Amino acid sequence: MQVPAPFEYERATSVDQAIGLLERLGSSARLVAGGHSLLPMMKLRLANFEYLIDINDLHAELGYIRLSDDEVRIGAMTRHRELLESDVLASVLPIFSDAERVIADPIVRNRGTLGGSLCQADPSEDLSAVCTTLDASCVIRGPGGAERVVTMEEFHVGPYETAVADNEILTEIRIPRKSFRTGSAYAKVERRAGDWAVVSAGAAVWLDEGRIVDARVGLAAVGPNTTGIPEISAALRGHEPGESLYELAGAIAARSCDPVTDTRGSADYKRHLADELTRRTLRKAVERARS
Amino acid sequence: MTQVFENNDLQPVGYGRMLRKEDARLLRGRGRFVDDVQLPGMLHLAILRSPFAHATIVSIDTSAAEASPGVRAVVTGETLKGLGLAWMPTLSNDVQAVLATDKVRFQGQEVAFVVAEDRYQARDALELIDVEYDVLEPVVDVRKALSPDAPVIRTDLEGKTDNHVFDWETGDEEETNRVFAAADVIVKEDIVYPRVHPAPMETCGSVADFDPVEGRLRLWSTTQAPHAHRTLYAIVAGIPEHKIQVIAPDIGGGFGNKVPIYPGYVHSIVGSIVTGRPVKWMEDRSENLISTGFARDYIMRAEIAATSEGKILAIRTNVLADHGAFNGTAAPVKYPAGFFGVFTGSYDLQAAHCKMTAVYTNKAPGGVAYACSFRITEAVYLVERIVDALAYELRMDPAELRLKNFIRPEQFPYTTKTGWVYDSGDYEPTMRLAMEMAGYDELRKEQAEKRARGELMGIGIAFFTEAVGAGPRKNMDILGLGMADGCELRVHPTGKAVVRLSVKTQGQGHETTFAQIVAEELGIPPADIDVLHGDTDNTPFGLGTYGSRSTPVSGAAAALVARKVRDKAKLIASAMLEVSVADLDWVKGSFQVKGDPGRSVTIQEIAFRAHGAGDLPDGVEGGLEAQICYNPSNLTYPHGAYICVVDIDPGTAEVKVRRFIAVDDCGTRINPMIIEGQVHGGLTDGVGMALMEMISFDEDGNCLGASLMDYLIPTALEVPDWETGFTVTPSPHHPIGAKGIGESATVGSPPAIVNAVVDALKPFGIRHADMPLTPSRVWDAMRGRATPPI
Ligand SMILES: Cc1cc2nc3c(=O)[nH]c(=O)nc-3n(C[C@H](O)[C@H](O)[C@H](O)COP(=O)(O)OP(=O)(O)OC[C@H]3O[C@@H](n4cnc5c(N)ncnc54)[C@H](O)[C@@H]3O)c2cc1C
Repeated sequence: MQVPAPFEYERATSVDQAIGLLERLGSSARLVAGGHSLLPMMKLRLANFEYLIDINDLHAELGYIRLSDDEVRIGAMTRHRELLESDVLASVLPIFSDAERVIADPIVRNRGTLGGSLCQADPSEDLSAVCTTLDASCVIRGPGGAERVVTMEEFHVGPYETAVADNEILTEIRIPRKSFRTGSAYAKVERRAGDWAVVSAGAAVWLDEGRIVDARVGLAAVGPNTTGIPEISAALRGHEPGESLYELAGAIAARSCDPVTDTRGSADYKRHLADELTRRTLRKAVERARS
Repeated sequence: MTQVFENNDLQPVGYGRMLRKEDARLLRGRGRFVDDVQLPGMLHLAILRSPFAHATIVSIDTSAAEASPGVRAVVTGETLKGLGLAWMPTLSNDVQAVLATDKVRFQGQEVAFVVAEDRYQARDALELIDVEYDVLEPVVDVRKALSPDAPVIRTDLEGKTDNHVFDWETGDEEETNRVFAAADVIVKEDIVYPRVHPAPMETCGSVADFDPVEGRLRLWSTTQAPHAHRTLYAIVAGIPEHKIQVIAPDIGGGFGNKVPIYPGYVHSIVGSIVTGRPVKWMEDRSENLISTGFARDYIMRAEIAATSEGKILAIRTNVLADHGAFNGTAAPVKYPAGFFGVFTGSYDLQAAHCKMTAVYTNKAPGGVAYACSFRITEAVYLVERIVDALAYELRMDPAELRLKNFIRPEQFPYTTKTGWVYDSGDYEPTMRLAMEMAGYDELRKEQAEKRARGELMGIGIAFFTEAVGAGPRKNMDILGLGMADGCELRVHPTGKAVVRLSVKTQGQGHETTFAQIVAEELGIPPADIDVLHGDTDNTPFGLGTYGSRSTPVSGAAAALVARKVRDKAKLIASAMLEVSVADLDWVKGSFQVKGDPGRSVTIQEIAFRAHGAGDLPDGVEGGLEAQICYNPSNLTYPHGAYICVVDIDPGTAEVKVRRFIAVDDCGTRINPMIIEGQVHGGLTDGVGMALMEMISFDEDGNCLGASLMDYLIPTALEVPDWETGFTVTPSPHHPIGAKGIGESATVGSPPAIVNAVVDALKPFGIRHADMPLTPSRVWDAMRGRATPPI
């Protein structure tokens, strides 16, 4: 058994009470949601915090998936499993269930949350790639109920670093809906079920009269990439989808990413996967948009 | 899965499929593992480990740790040096530091330990120990270990000026070269078997309880060989052997990981002596992965010579073996390379030769058998890979090439060109059965069609012969302890029995298999037979469970001790039935008067009489029990034919094992369900090694596989439904004809899987690619850039 260093523990009773605690304790405190990123680091003593504020009791307040005409709102405490099993998401944003099927394992998915995934800001985090693909924005609440909304690009300041200040909480993710035929998909290559991505890719397309009105691709594990790849979007807009277009998008993906060689694979291979998976997810997204 | 378990309730009186007796306990959470041991006043131990692969220890300051809450003792190498305990012997007659004194030689090496009131306090105090290191250049690349400018790792060994451990040779070099020179075809391949970890579910640990008044040590520990450990503790710690009790309770998997004595076990003993209280040490997952016995790590050059018609003539190989910082390999003393000599495989050769050099590097020690029957895993991988490479060159079907070269049944017992005497074998039917189960010809047809469409499908074959059941004491011992096994059997007055073994299960099902062996001989139902093992105070001496030796050695002992009891029962039966011994027939469970089956006595009745009132025949003592020590006359040689079918995604290079057919021949089958379980586990293990497992290091010697997120082991999702089959070729010298099965699948599956992947990549002109065949490495191979993993 690996044991963490000593820490104090408190269960938050409301979002504002949690913010109050954060305000008081500053950088010595951390929120714990599902704990599946934070606790392993603490057990390995890669991270030591004096205080943990457990926000699992806020699931009733922050665990939800709400669909309106112009957006989908997902609470930060929504668990992987809820994203996986949501019929609403499966019908409007199938990219979520594609991704959730290949994130970790049931034990992790039962506890891990959307908010925790984004706040961990690991460059391999699959839900970050999904949110990037969907051009999501993040709602951050601070002391006195002050709320601000930031784009994914603004949210992820760098690897393991976010725009959320020590006295703030990420409360919600908002995904815009456009009034076009839309499809989305996610694909991941892993060395073994439950492993982090060697590379994964998400794609979303919006079609009008058979042409691409907009398209986005988000990649994970090939460098900090929370902007999507604007060059792909630009290259696809206005065109009729097809193999040569996917090929073009794949080539752009391969040259726009910044992978490193590690035990998961060589940089060359990862670049190749960025290409391959971009093509595969775009193809699938278009297929779904058309059906 | 292949078998339906409807027969499980039949409870055979003897061999047959039945549920495991131990499972009720294990599945209901009633198992008792080392970490479940709680003693009054027990303290907890945590080990400070080196962050560097190679560094001189300049100073250690423990004062802050000693003042930390709950801390009862802080011990360093200097403390142990004072007690003469800083070094201990390894299983290969080398020495290993119990705690480092002069310098650290691998990342994760033990530098100091803390004993405290609870685990958290012990762990917290580690952070307060201040060690000053002077970092040295490490030897990480095994190929450079012997270069003249390589730093010398083992400066503790008097006069040591290089990193050489040993040279070893087998076979006839001259004759082999002669055959090679005359051969039509020679194929050469460099083959790496990477360093992998046993990774049992339960990590290593111990609870030591030293009683200063009695001078008695009780030690619960995760050990596969409790008796051998007891003797070693007596030698190392100077505690008289009769005052040491080693208890291996339930063990959560071993795979060779729990054969050696680890410094942590010794720490707990020292901790208990120093504090006067029981001390528990339970290593965490990272400690287990970075510091305990690894497996493999052989770099092999393989060469095979053949005629152009595909008659294999000779094999030669040159091996560079990475033994880590201390030579801790568990192998019989005269076999520094284990049983690697069986690299001639299942084929009738004219000559063979192997030259091996073993070296020290700044990596964890071990090289211990990991479900590898003492390096047979490496040997089988070598021969089965190079035979496939030959098939590639000859454009021959790999099944046909093997069939053409098998040792023929009439050649057994067969002496190989490296001196191993294969006891029995009938290879062709095993191979044919596997091919039939696989639908081999149809698979090849399907493959041809798929290839035409650009799809990548591969069919891989491996045929192995194992050498298990070490071993004859005339040439096999570990640190001077002969590899024979004791066994005791007592039948109680009511006909229930207890059999005491020297071997120890780590999950193999001894409590069932051994009850069945005795049941078969005595006709007492397995449910009525208790199997005791793991506690040195109530079991006879023997060398433990590893190298698939339990059934070949202790299984024979159990059968023979039961026969001894039966012989005595016969004398008593003759008195009870008032006929001469010669007039009795044994019908499982009772003696009958020849020609008068109505007159008989059961073994239970005999047992009662043996303990009861009334005279026994002259010269027959009361009681019904016996004891034996079995010294095997030879190893047993199980064999098997494995066929693997893989599909590779041409876009991502991901490998999917679609089918796996395993036909095993382990001689007499005692409990087919347990055999299949062993095979399923070993096959899964093989998928891990072939596709994902490897302990890698960076250039500073940092271990990159320190957690199960970094060191991957396979899950149910990576494996197909196993298709198992069997043939039966009994061992002629084993009392019940049984051979080992524990490691067959681990040995046989990696080459089958790798052969399948390489076969799938044939359109790319690939003849060899090294494990682990991760998507990235397969993709490299597809681009003609296959590289060794180290
Ligand atoms: C074995 C294993 C395998 C995994 N495999 C994958 C995988 O394949 N793909 C993948 O994408 N992920 C994977 N993960 C990661 C897993 O998905 C993340 O652990 C999880 O999603 C993070 O969410 P959490 O709720 O557990 O976060 P926590 O661990 O509780 O928190 C993570 C960080 O976010 C902060 N935080 C949490 N919630 C908030 C909030 N609302 N506002 C502000 N800060 C917050 C915490 O303070 C902490 O710093 C794996 C994890 C494990 C253990």
